[in-house]
Amino acid sequence: MSRIHASVTRRRLVKRGTAGLAVLLLAGGLAACGSASGANGSAGSITLYSGQHEQTTQSLVTAFEQQTGIQVNVRYNDEDSFADEIIAEKSHPVADVFYTENSPVLEYLQNQGLLAPVDSSTLAKTGSKYNSPQGDWLGVSARVSVLIYNPSLISKSQLPTSVLQLANPKYQGKLAFAAGETDFQPIVTSVARAYGNAKATTWLDGIKANAGSHIYPDNETIADEVNRGAVAFGVVNQYYWYRMKAELGASNVHSQITYFAPQDPGYVVDVSGAAVLKSSKNQADAQKFLAFIVSKSGQDIIAHSISYEYPLDDGVTTAAPETPFADLQPYPISIADLGDGSTAIALLRQAGLL
Amino acid sequence: MTAAVARDGALARPGTAGAQPGRPRSRRRLPSGLLVLSILVAAVLLVPLAFLLTEAAGAGVGQVASLIDRQLTEQLLWNTVRLSVVVTALCAVIGTGTAWLTERTNLPGRRVWAVLLVVPLAIPDFVVSFGWASISTDVAGFRGAVLVMTLSVYPLVYLPVAASFRNADPTQEEVARGLGAGRIKTFFRITLGQAKVAILGGCLLVVMVLLAEYGAFNILGYQTFTTEIFTEFQQLFDIASACALSLVLVALSLLVLGADALGRRRGRVSRASRTAQRAVPLHRLGLWTAPVLVLLCLLVGLALGVPVGSAAYWWAQGTNQPFQGTSLLSATGYTAAYSACAAALATAMALPVAILAVRRSGRVAQLIERSTYLVLAMPGLVIALSLSYFSNRYGDGIGYQSAPMLVVAYAIMFFPLALVGVRTSVAQAPAGLEDVARSLGQNRLAVFWRVTRPLVTPGLTAAFCLVFLSAVTELTATLILVPTGVQTLATQFWNYQQNLAYGQAAPFALLMIAIAAVPSYVLGRFFDRRTLTAPRFLRRNAR
Repeated sequence: MSRIHASVTRRRLVKRGTAGLAVLLLAGGLAACGSASGANGSAGSITLYSGQHEQTTQSLVTAFEQQTGIQVNVRYNDEDSFADEIIAEKSHPVADVFYTENSPVLEYLQNQGLLAPVDSSTLAKTGSKYNSPQGDWLGVSARVSVLIYNPSLISKSQLPTSVLQLANPKYQGKLAFAAGETDFQPIVTSVARAYGNAKATTWLDGIKANAGSHIYPDNETIADEVNRGAVAFGVVNQYYWYRMKAELGASNVHSQITYFAPQDPGYVVDVSGAAVLKSSKNQADAQKFLAFIVSKSGQDIIAHSISYEYPLDDGVTTAAPETPFADLQPYPISIADLGDGSTAIALLRQAGLL
Repeated sequence: MTAAVARDGALARPGTAGAQPGRPRSRRRLPSGLLVLSILVAAVLLVPLAFLLTEAAGAGVGQVASLIDRQLTEQLLWNTVRLSVVVTALCAVIGTGTAWLTERTNLPGRRVWAVLLVVPLAIPDFVVSFGWASISTDVAGFRGAVLVMTLSVYPLVYLPVAASFRNADPTQEEVARGLGAGRIKTFFRITLGQAKVAILGGCLLVVMVLLAEYGAFNILGYQTFTTEIFTEFQQLFDIASACALSLVLVALSLLVLGADALGRRRGRVSRASRTAQRAVPLHRLGLWTAPVLVLLCLLVGLALGVPVGSAAYWWAQGTNQPFQGTSLLSATGYTAAYSACAAALATAMALPVAILAVRRSGRVAQLIERSTYLVLAMPGLVIALSLSYFSNRYGDGIGYQSAPMLVVAYAIMFFPLALVGVRTSVAQAPAGLEDVARSLGQNRLAVFWRVTRPLVTPGLTAAFCLVFLSAVTELTATLILVPTGVQTLATQFWNYQQNLAYGQAAPFALLMIAIAAVPSYVLGRFFDRRTLTAPRFLRRNAR
């Protein structure tokens, strides 16, 4: 009898315990819901949509806030999702500044007439060939496409030196690339511009066959898989390798990077940029933010951040990547030629890669 | 009672019919407030569909036709359909089998298994796929997608079926056995028959979740309609075309819903009387114990061990960046809070719809219930964008990117999960008990509180936990709707993962799993023993 009684009591305790837990969670939830809603809106603050890396963005924001006293509310998401959001929010805009990793998305919003002209004094800070030709967005930093390879699987001399060779059947099962990655589109655009759409299509079919199951969703995966020896080599931007090295420690890095031949269409510089939204009600403060990220102190932060990009102010140098930006010999494709990426997307689709 | 049971036809039992002699077989009357509430709920859930229609209309017929009439579409359709069929079948077998083992047999450590079997649901798809991809590069394409999806969504069948086994009336099995049916025949005819609604409900959820899945397929390189919709949204910024393609997804899910409705036409179950409830004698596994345990270990090892192991591996690999305990703590707080609010809201919304659907067989009630399932097949991105669209266009932007809107988005996205949980319980709660209570002079509210509520509590708890588990790991809608400056565990994990900072991302993944283990424990533990004693006043009056 007493055993039954004990079990009943225990059951009640369990029941009460769980009920209590539920109540506690709920109360906490309501409190948090209440407190989180009233954040923004005060004077001297801007909202930043950042598709850039969190740590770098955060360092820039902190320094900017200290220097100007203007508060920055940051949201993080894929830059592509942000473009959809900015369009959906057209009637009640939220963002003042949009900071991205690539130029096509900014070109797209510019063509939609959603961006405000950048102050000319700010545009003058960085080389004009990396800003919007129309002047509605600003180049901030740059990256360059490289080959990442695992020396235990393929030697440097066996690697292709031109982007067209990636489609050579001898690389079957050895190549990795990320068709859906925004960093890959500029290479496709560049190949199409150099050799024409027909040849670009054949080339895409070739690299698709070579990569087989090594078509990955993003460059992070490529860097990781090459480093682990799952695949011999892949096409990425240089900073993925440096970040992986910083994260894992040099002793865990079993891969190397190398460049395509000078001026090869696979050797492409990608620009990361920023813009002020035309709809922003804080135009002056937003422009101040743009001016700050291309100022000496802003560019220094980028140069020493863990994103390992090249600052576009040529007075600022980086410790890593080792090759100075000025020494790079990329394919001379202009920002306007890179455009909004629609040609690349059409080609990728035709090849069944998107 | 008579009416409800008679409608359920085949499963009406002797002994129950006599419970209320002389009661006319009239249609049960339900308060009209219930209908109004249900219509309101359905209206909220159809907001994303309204968005899709509005936007797709903007694309124009020609554009939509050219999008659908592509070489790729056929491939996408084939990919989507074959995956749904194979994974759903596997989930039905695994989910039902494991539920029977933990609820109806003397399996050693049943309560532990009951928890372990649910936890895989709580592991974000991106963590699962990443875990597998880091073990073997062969886990990709169709086979990879089948493996990963089966292992992460089978709990959607397990949970409702386990709840149904727990509450099922043991006398039916005994009667069948008494009438000379063999064990196997009894299992298929009676045991599975009793669980049919739950199995179908679970399978429906599985199909819908598969239709809307994005993260896992993206990592595994498997193309479905949803991955294509994301491409349309994210790389082409073509909202109109993306919405048009989403409508194809909606059409597919309408087909699934239709098939499901046919399947469950004669599947409703009611039990005799809670007063007759007693413990179900457990089947003895005997010699089967060892092989069954091996299989379960294998299942849990694959479903749980691989993702947890890979997260632990990355954590152990370490990171050169300083560990940020405060961000971990605040992300945990927000995640738990938003998920709990969403779970409570979704459960509350599901109650009127479930009661209406179970207790009223009319077309309107069925239509309302069915329509609410559509949201499950819509990607989180679509739901988040639809809320942002409507709040910006008609709501003056009020509440946009605020906590309440995020909670509402979660509640909409995971409403069908709540509905299945609640519905299963309501379907098994005999309407007759309420009639008795009414006839004893209790008013409606009192009847609800003292009779209906205790009977459906297990279902409500299951519903709460299911929504909670799912909301904890939600990413795409969260990124769009979370209040500026707030990070949840999922968004912070994503931030680090984007930076290749797997070492820093790992604790967030592990914490998501740990948080989700709490409701899993509750799910396993709450109904440890049948708490299904008759409502107090009935016992009092029965003396």
